[in-house]
This record gives sequence, C-alpha cells and structure tokens, in this order.
Amino acid sequence: MADNNANKQQPNGLPRIGFYICHCGSNIAGTIDVADVAKYAAGLPGVVVSRDYKYMCSDPGQEMIAQDIREHKLERLVVAACSPNLHEETFRKAAAKGGLNSFFFQMVNIREHASWVHEDKKAATAKAKDLARAAVYRVRFHKALEKQQVPVDPNVLVVGGGIAGIHAALTLANAGKKVTLVERESTIGGHMAAFDKTFPTLDCAACILTPKMSAVKSHPNITLWTYSEVSKVEGYVGNYKVTVKRKPRYVIEDLCVGCMECIDACVFKEPKFADKFNQGLGKRKPVYIDFPQATPKVVMIDPETCIQFKTGKCKKSCAEACDRKAIDFDQKEEVKELQVGAIILATGFKTFDAKKEPHYGYGKYPGVFTALEIERLVNASGPTSGEVVLRDGKHPKAVGIIHCVGSRDEKTNKWCSRVCCMYSLKLAHLIKEHSGAEVYNFYIDIRAAGKAYEEFYDKLLSEGVHFIRGRVAEVTDWAMTPEEEGKLVLRVEDTLAGFVRRVPVDMVVLATGLEPQADAQEVRRRFNIGCGNEGFFQERHPKLAPVNTFTDGIFIAGACQSPKDIPDTVAQAGAAAAEALVLIDAGHVELEPNTSHVVEEECCGCKSCVPLCPYTAITFDEAKKKAVINEVICKGCGVCAAACPSGSIRQNLFEDEEIFSEIEGVLGK
Amino acid sequence: MPDKPKVAFYWCASCGGCEEAVVDLAEDILKVVEAVDIVLWPVAMDFKKADIAARPDKSVAVAFINGAIRTSEQEEWVHMLRRKAQVVVSFGACANSGGIPALANQFKKEDILKFVYEDCPGIDNPQKIRPQTSTVDEGRTLTLPVLHNMVRSLDQVIEVDYYLPGCPPTPKIIMSAVQAILAGKLPARGTVLSPDIALCEECKRKDSKPADLALAEFKRPHQVQIDPEKCLLAQGLVCMGPATRSGCEALCPSGNMPCTGCFGPTSRVKDQGAKFVSSVFSNIVPKEEKDIDAVLDGIPDPIGTFYRYGLSKCILRRKLN
Amino acid sequence: MSFEPKIVAFFCNWCTYTAADLAGVSRLKYAPNVRVIRVMCSGRVDPQFVMDAFAKGADGVLLGGCHPGDCHYAEGNYKTLRRMRMLNRMLKDMGIEDGRFRLEWISGAEGEKVKVTVNDMVAKVRALGPLDMPGKFKEWDKEIEELEAHVNSDAPTEVAHAR
Repeated sequence: MADNNANKQQPNGLPRIGFYICHCGSNIAGTIDVADVAKYAAGLPGVVVSRDYKYMCSDPGQEMIAQDIREHKLERLVVAACSPNLHEETFRKAAAKGGLNSFFFQMVNIREHASWVHEDKKAATAKAKDLARAAVYRVRFHKALEKQQVPVDPNVLVVGGGIAGIHAALTLANAGKKVTLVERESTIGGHMAAFDKTFPTLDCAACILTPKMSAVKSHPNITLWTYSEVSKVEGYVGNYKVTVKRKPRYVIEDLCVGCMECIDACVFKEPKFADKFNQGLGKRKPVYIDFPQATPKVVMIDPETCIQFKTGKCKKSCAEACDRKAIDFDQKEEVKELQVGAIILATGFKTFDAKKEPHYGYGKYPGVFTALEIERLVNASGPTSGEVVLRDGKHPKAVGIIHCVGSRDEKTNKWCSRVCCMYSLKLAHLIKEHSGAEVYNFYIDIRAAGKAYEEFYDKLLSEGVHFIRGRVAEVTDWAMTPEEEGKLVLRVEDTLAGFVRRVPVDMVVLATGLEPQADAQEVRRRFNIGCGNEGFFQERHPKLAPVNTFTDGIFIAGACQSPKDIPDTVAQAGAAAAEALVLIDAGHVELEPNTSHVVEEECCGCKSCVPLCPYTAITFDEAKKKAVINEVICKGCGVCAAACPSGSIRQNLFEDEEIFSEIEGVLGK
Repeated sequence: MPDKPKVAFYWCASCGGCEEAVVDLAEDILKVVEAVDIVLWPVAMDFKKADIAARPDKSVAVAFINGAIRTSEQEEWVHMLRRKAQVVVSFGACANSGGIPALANQFKKEDILKFVYEDCPGIDNPQKIRPQTSTVDEGRTLTLPVLHNMVRSLDQVIEVDYYLPGCPPTPKIIMSAVQAILAGKLPARGTVLSPDIALCEECKRKDSKPADLALAEFKRPHQVQIDPEKCLLAQGLVCMGPATRSGCEALCPSGNMPCTGCFGPTSRVKDQGAKFVSSVFSNIVPKEEKDIDAVLDGIPDPIGTFYRYGLSKCILRRKLN
Repeated sequence: MSFEPKIVAFFCNWCTYTAADLAGVSRLKYAPNVRVIRVMCSGRVDPQFVMDAFAKGADGVLLGGCHPGDCHYAEGNYKTLRRMRMLNRMLKDMGIEDGRFRLEWISGAEGEKVKVTVNDMVAKVRALGPLDMPGKFKEWDKEIEELEAHVNSDAPTEVAHAR
C-alpha cells in the first residue's frame, strides 16, 4: 500500500479530499497501475490523502476510509473501484461511518469501464487518471444531502396467478399482508393447472396445486381478481397506484356458486367450441368453466359464441336455470384502483409456436402434437380422460418426442428452455404407461441437472424408452418402404451411431420451448422494468438480486424472468415475497436524493418544465406564478434541469457545475 | 468641477443604437450630465485619443463601452480605457456578447472581404482593390486598423466589471445602473445589471402560456397574424423570452413581436442558444426522426435565430473552417 | 505518434451505463478512448454539455440512452432525441463534422453494442483527425495577444496596426 500523504497543506478554499483506489485483487491492479494513479491523484488540487488498497470494499478498507476522514478531517471522498451500481452504497456508508455526509462522495468506475475492457495497461492507467481527476474536480461541488423517508403502503399486488403468483401471494398473506392477486385468465393455476404429473416425482400436478388455489380463494388476506388486467401503474416504491381493468365475464362472481346448472341448461345441447384450456382438443359451450377445480369456481360466458350476444334472440335458458340470478348479459368492464407498496410480477411464459418450425409438420399432419396437448391427453381429467389417442381416435403404436423445438436454435430461440428435457422424459413415461406404445426421444443433450433429475432419466432408460441423439431434420408422411406407409417418418442423423435414421411413428410430440409472453414488452413498460434481449424480464443482478428489478418495489418471479421449472419457480416466488416483506416491514423507504428542485426566486414561470415530467411531479403554482417540483414524486431523471431555459432547476448530485467540472476533469491534463 | 466623477463613453463595432439609448434617457440625461464630467464621448463631443492617453491611469471613474471588438483600433482603445478607468461597463448586447456583428463569426474574414469588395451586387471594383492596413503616399505611411478574423465581446479582450444588457439597453436599466454607480452601491464585480430572472416574469402574455405546450410547427413572424394577447411561443413563434434575462419589461412582446434574446441569458446559463434549444425542442410533438426534422425545418437558420446577439459567447465561439 | 481521439460519453444510468458495466463483466475489449460521464437519464444531457465537451478538448461526444419506448423515465430519451436533432444542425452550422457527435440507443443488455459503437466511433473520429478546440481558441486569440502586450507596456506609443 503506497502512502502519498506527506502532511499536505491545503490551499485556501478547496475542500479536503481523500482519494482511494482499489486493486480489486488483480481485477483492477492487473491492468491499471494503481500505485501510479494514487500518486497522480495525490497531486490533484484539494487531495490531502491518496491511497491504494487491495480490497476497498472489505471491512478494513472501509474502516481505513472512516478513520482517514476523522484523522485527516476529510471533507470529500473519492473511491476508484468498480461500478457505482455495485458499491456506491457501500462507500456512502463508509463516509457516514467516518462522520461525513454520504453524498460528499463520488465513485469512479475503473473496473467495468477500464480494467476489464482494455488490454493496453498504459492506456487503461491513463484512463483511470482521467476519470479520477474528473471525480476529484466534481466532488468539490457536492452538497450535503439527506435521503428522504417515505412510508411504505403495506399492501402488495401480485400479477399473474400461476404457481409463482399463487405461492408469492400465499406467502405474503400468511405473513399477514393484504395481497391483491390479478390474473388475466378466468382462473388461477396457470400452466401448472394443465399438467398431469410433475417431474421427477410424478406426483399429480392438480393434487399439489389445487389446494393452494383454494387457499388463495379462501384466504382472508387475499383479494383475487381473475379475468382482470393491470392497465396503468403510477407512483414509486412503497406507493404505487395501480389501475386494474376487470373484464366482464357476464356472470356476477359474488352470486355464482359454481353449480354449473347454467351450462347444462344452455341452448347448445352439446359442447361445440374449441376448449382453450384443453388446447383445443376438447369442446365447451358458450357458457363454461375452464376445468372443475377452476378458481374462482365461477362460470363465464364467451360473447363470441353465445347466441344472445350474437343475435340478441336467445331464450336465455342459462339465466333461467340460475336460481341466484348470477348471469348478467349487461355486465360492463370495471376499472378499479389499488394502492400498494410493492408489486410482484409473475406473468409467466408462453410456449414456442410449433408452426414456426414447418418441417416438423405441426398443423399439417394431424399426428403431430405439442407437449402441452399431450399434457391434456394423458391427464385423467382431460378431454380423453387420460387415454392417449390420435386426433382420429386411433391408438398410436409408436411415438416420437422431438426435443428442443424452439430452443437452442440460432434460427428461433438461442436459449435452453430448461424444462423440456425433463418434461419430455415425463411424457415419455406417461405415454408408455397409458398406451404401451414404443416411445422414441430425439434429443441434442439430455439436461437433467436438478435434484433427482438424473435418477429419473436413469429410470426412463431402464423402462425401455428409446433415446436417439440427433436433431430431427424433418417429419414427413412420404414413405420409402412399405413399413413407413401411413406413418409419420422422422428423419434424423443419429450422431452416436453415425448414420441417418428414418423412424416411422404414429404420433409426434414437439417439446416446445418457453418464450416470453407475447405482450411482455408492453407489460414491462407498464411496470417500468427492463427486458433482456430475448424478452424475459431483467433482474437487477443475475446472481445477487435475482428477483429485484431496476425499479425499486417491483419484483419478478417465475418464468417471466427466464425459463424455469416448478421447484425453481416456487423458490423464486418465495424470494420475491420475502423481498416485498423486507420492504414493507421496514415501514419506510429512503428515496435517492437525486431529485430536482426549482429555485423559486430564479423561476420566471415560463412553464417549459411542466409538460416534461412524466410523473407530473412538476406543477405550476398559480398564486406564485412559479413552477414547483414535488420531490417525493420526482424520480430524478433530470430532464427538467437540462431543459430549464433560465437554469433555475437543479438536480441534486447532477448539478450543472458538477457535470461541467466532470467534463473539464476527463479532458484536463 | 474637480469633484465630479469622470465618465467616458466609447463605441466599437456597433450601430449607434447604444448612443441613442443614452439620448433616450431624455430629461434624465441632464441629471447625469450634471453629476459627472464627461471626458470622452466620440458621438457627441470632440476628444483626441492623445488626451485620453495622457490621463493618469485609473483617473476615469467609469468607462461605458458599447460595440463588439472587430478591429485592432477598437482593441487598442478598449485596452487604453481599461487602464484609465476604475470601472468598465460593457454596454449593450454587442459589447456583452458580440451582438449582431458577431453573426459574422459564421464566415471567414476572406469570404466577407471578397463579398463586400468584389462580389456584392452593386460593387464596381474591377481591379479588386481592397483596403490595406498600411500604404505609402507621398512619402508618408498611412495605416488602417486590422480587421480581425473574428468578432469578440468586450470581455474577451479586456476585463469587464459590469454589464448592461440589451440591444440597446433600455433607459430604465441605464438609469438604475448610473444611479447605482454614482451612489457607489455596486453589486459584485461581473454582475449583469438587470434582474437575474427570465423575461416571462415581466411579460404580459405570461398567463396565456399553456402548461402543456407541445409544438408541432414553428412559424416566423411574417407567416402569421400574431395574436396580441397570447403567448408567442404558444403561437408557434420562436420567442426567446424563457431563455433571456428580463429587465426590458418585455418590450418586443408588448410590440407584438417575439423576443429575440438581446438581453442574453441568466447568470446560470453559459450558452443561451443551447439552453433555449434544450427547453423548447424537448417537448415538440413528433417522436420519429423524420417528423422531428420536419418541425425543425421551420427554423431555417438556427444559429442566426438562437444566437442573434450572442454568437461570440456561444461555447464554440465561431464557425470552424 | 498516431492521433488518439478523446471521446466524452454521457451514458444514462439505466441502459447504456449498465450496458457498459455488462461489457466489463463480459470482459469485452474495446478502445480505451472513451471517458464516460454518468447521468441518470440521457434527458439530463444539456446541449451545453456537448458543446462544452468539444470546447474543452473532446474530439467526439457520444450520448447513450435507452431505446425509444424503453426509457426508465418513460420518455426522457424522446426529449433527448428531439433536442439533439436540433443540436446536430447547430453543430453542423458551426462547422463540426458529422460523426463527432453521436446519439446511440443502447439497452442494458447490449454490452456488445457498447463495444461496437465505441470502436466504430473511435475509428471514425480518428479518420476525421483532431478537433482540438482549445488549440483553436488559442490560435484564434493570437491576433489579440500582441496588441494587448503592446498597449499595456509602460511606454505605449503609436501602435503599428499593420501586421
């Protein structure tokens, strides 16, 4: 550790600055000559202490800063280390520990922005000096600031009623918090409700899910709004105002008891319309309920198929059949407003559209199914009561499961969907069990990383399921041999055997991958969070803040963040609930003080700033004829400060003179 | 009258409007004349340069200098006045920030001379004679000042103590400045002697400005029938008022014309044009580049519009070429 | 020695600054010519900052914000886009070449784009050569230095105008 502190005299007027540069092991010191930078900084105006140290963020590092502040009467602190997004808060605390206002501090990012991205040591060191100089120039102008405390509304909104949302809502409700769970479909349960068994334990999905669904419905702390969507989110951490649209289901939820007499009474004697819950493999009436355990157990009417809605001339036998008068053809969309402190987004995923891989013949050959369709076929409560049959009712003798459809593919989705290997194994087992057919798995790699997953794969191998390693080139009905007549032939290069196989089957199952919801972009904009390139919601930190987002008070859980299986989803939902609890139980949040304010005596009342604020934090005081910024609502973008034509708006931590001095610093000598 | 403070007025690259402004003080000028001893005022009295040069340093109480600095003669005079005067007041937009003459900073000196002495319609100069800085005639060497390559504000040449803004400064701010000086009640050096708040503060149209002004089109004054009551920006006219220091009592808007910014920016702003752009264009209606450009096309001469009186003080100072 | 351009970058905290962090975490290598100044939103960037960076010696100025529609503050980047379109025209009128000022939308996930953009800009500005406004200011003011010295000398006689 170099010491450049030879009892320097401070020239008049300049605050006493301490400069610290971190080696970060060799992460920084391997590329940047930290001792040289420390020596350089020691010569900058105002700097009275300049040190380099192995790990500034460590306890001794922080302690050294705190002690120097006291001993050398430091008035400003500059730390050159990693990104402020990582350790700004750490050093702010170190400053406070030494008795210095936390905001008399400026961080210099020489790891992410220099040592990790440059190879030329000389150039990287020169860059570190420039950045250090800019911070030293800038920090002089820093002002003492205080974080503002605002109370946190203890209520929570959970968006999405799949297993993630259900688990998060129940966790919070059990902790005594009031939760509103908003689900856009007519029932909660999500994808999991459609599954038959779950891997690797093969316990029935409904058996483990439906009790949780009922618990949601009956929980005194949970308000369940299905068939509803969040349309607007305003406010800030701890104080969100959410607008929810409750779509009309034409059945009064509070009156319906789910007896389903109306369904029996419908003028359609037989179910006639494709049943979405059963992936279109079953039929329903215009008045219907998704599945017997739907929660809430409330029927609904589909205006697209209902005679009354289409012609206005139905005899409305359903309404007559309902002795509670729950059916209401005039029901309108309702708009509700909620105040919550935290929001958990658990909006889930959609599966890859198999039609985008036309060479697999989905939609062309009736024998080609998606995995979700098979989930319903093997399900005892599904359209065939668990019988594995083809669309023409015949029983398949041979079934081919193609892995990685819409996954691990440059042309469609690059990512591994994580669950397809395991659910393919599960479906292979179930198909074999239900139909006795020969089952072939066509895979690239079997990814069975998870507790008891590899063992499950072993079990399948011993059950006589066939595994062929290779990406299927095409599914065709073009027969080359008499045995292939009337069959679907999978053409695949068996990369273990080293030749091209043609495997004739009766049924093809496409293990479609997981994708972001179609409206993920709109949703994340509505909640003001980020998305990665692939469209999944962006977590704040991939390792250390996996359920937080860049917007405080908004958390993510489940497959909306990335493809994941049920155990991981539930774990993440619990984590999101815990993070929300941390926020609520603290009772208040501290807001970053980087807000803007209008200097009243300087403001001419031109109103230029008023329309620029997206949060309507700026209003015009008609009595004083001046603009006023509500600093609690202000989120600190600084757009008004940049735009005030007379320079009468200041943004804390980003004042004009701070930025001008930083410009001078990075360019100075 | 040895006790009266000595005052000098001088003009550099200016139109004479600043001199008019002094005359516009009307009867008030008599009070000034009574209180001071004018030692230099080329527009009104005859003084020789040598007389001023012969005065002891700091013997002049105040020098009011208007006009931008374009020639070596102006440069020489202001240096001399700086030496002789205790207080130098930069008088008017040209001295403060280059004014209209500074618009020449968009052009090379050579191009200007070529146009003026050769290409300008109506010039008859077949031998392409240009003024020379030095010529010998009958054994005598005659000199002319050098035309500098750029137009400068007064404070880019000498130190300035106070600034009186405006094209020209209005009688009201001149009188209050003179009274402050005579009474010895001067603010901190470097102050602009006019309220440090933007023009809307004193504009009668202020209340008619909508809070959510988002412009979809810019117009020039000759293209519209200007509503005499309504905020000019709200009418799509480039009114520099929000980015311009007050003190003139919104003379132009009162005369149904948009403010063109002659009082310069407030003390918080380095570059009036940049700051005006930052404010007004942030909230124009379109979001697509093509549509934004269509709106910007309504301002065919941005530099001339946003730096009409201040190109010398633009952060970039002049056009590079 | 070959000319190394100095580029000042203003990156918004939520997208482009985060992308630059990601480039670091991913150990992508790019030209060391950029000095990043962090702002919360590209909308904080005042055209004065861009001009000032040029005036203080930047050969190029890069402004990075979130993609349109992705602004952390809803629409800050549109405000940036609009005012910077006008600034672009003004810079052009002031003789600053195309390519010295650049506005790029780089999302938090686009570490690669930081690398590509910086490298591309450095190459282009290198081809344009030094801007060196401080040097130009000095050069321009040479014409007034000589006379100042002369007038302020203790024996100011007649000034020779002709030079």
